[in-house]
Amino acid sequence: MIVLAIPAAGWVLIVAVLLIVLALVYYLVSTIVALRSITSGLDEVIASVTEIVEKSAPVNDVVNAINKDLDAGVDMLEALLVKKAGMVDAVGLVDGLYPGAAAAGFRNFPESTKVEAPRISEVYTKGTLTLARLGREAPIATANPAGPVLRNVAAASLSAKVLYSDVRHTGPDQLPRSPVIGADAPEQYEQREDIGQPRKRMPARNP
Amino acid sequence: MTLLWIGDAILIVVVLPIVIYLLAATLQAAKSIVPSVRSIAATAAAGSKDLDAAALLLTTQDQVSRTVAGVADYGGSLDVILDDAKEGR
Repeated sequence: MIVLAIPAAGWVLIVAVLLIVLALVYYLVSTIVALRSITSGLDEVIASVTEIVEKSAPVNDVVNAINKDLDAGVDMLEALLVKKAGMVDAVGLVDGLYPGAAAAGFRNFPESTKVEAPRISEVYTKGTLTLARLGREAPIATANPAGPVLRNVAAASLSAKVLYSDVRHTGPDQLPRSPVIGADAPEQYEQREDIGQPRKRMPARNP
Repeated sequence: MTLLWIGDAILIVVVLPIVIYLLAATLQAAKSIVPSVRSIAATAAAGSKDLDAAALLLTTQDQVSRTVAGVADYGGSLDVILDDAKEGR
């Protein structure tokens, strides 16, 4: 009886409110589903980021230790190079291998930046570059491509002889004198009793 | 009765569209976040997998240490074998 007493405007009001409630339910439930999906994705992100943090945690210490070892090696090699080759030649050698590196200089030798790097060919012509140009494929050969090849790798042997201590091929001004030979030589190499004596006659031939 | 009809009209013509519009916009925004989150999750997982090789840094550290020690030994020998540079060079 009460329901039937509701006027038409009241029914319209009820339907309108019902539509609003249905819209609220539909959209809010859809939003909740989307937010749950976002939460699930963020859980995966957090797990992966946690792994990244755990895996990268020791990297800094390890890399610092590696850099420390490499720094010690660089310091040692720089000091050895400067000690053995001298500052000028050392800078020239490094600049020859790595063109332009002389401007940066050596790390532990600030004065090296003020050294004018000599051409590597002027410093090591008799040493490293000679070996390189002989075709021994030393890395430094790439730093002097203009240098002529000194040795015919197929046939020549004179260039290789230069590397050894024998000096006759260099044409020196004075060599050790040759020994004097002959009867008047101060040193007789074959001392026999029959030298200077009449020639022995051979026995007569039988007919 | 007239006021009731006016209220119905306002509810249907004004309130209901506004409610639907706001809820739809909220849902669209929430759904637009989902692909981004999934992409971030995939990227983070790939980054984590890339870092699996980080453990090899310990081997690298050991090798570097041994190499530097060997170079130091050679350097010490060269220091003995080779003459020092002349003064002024």
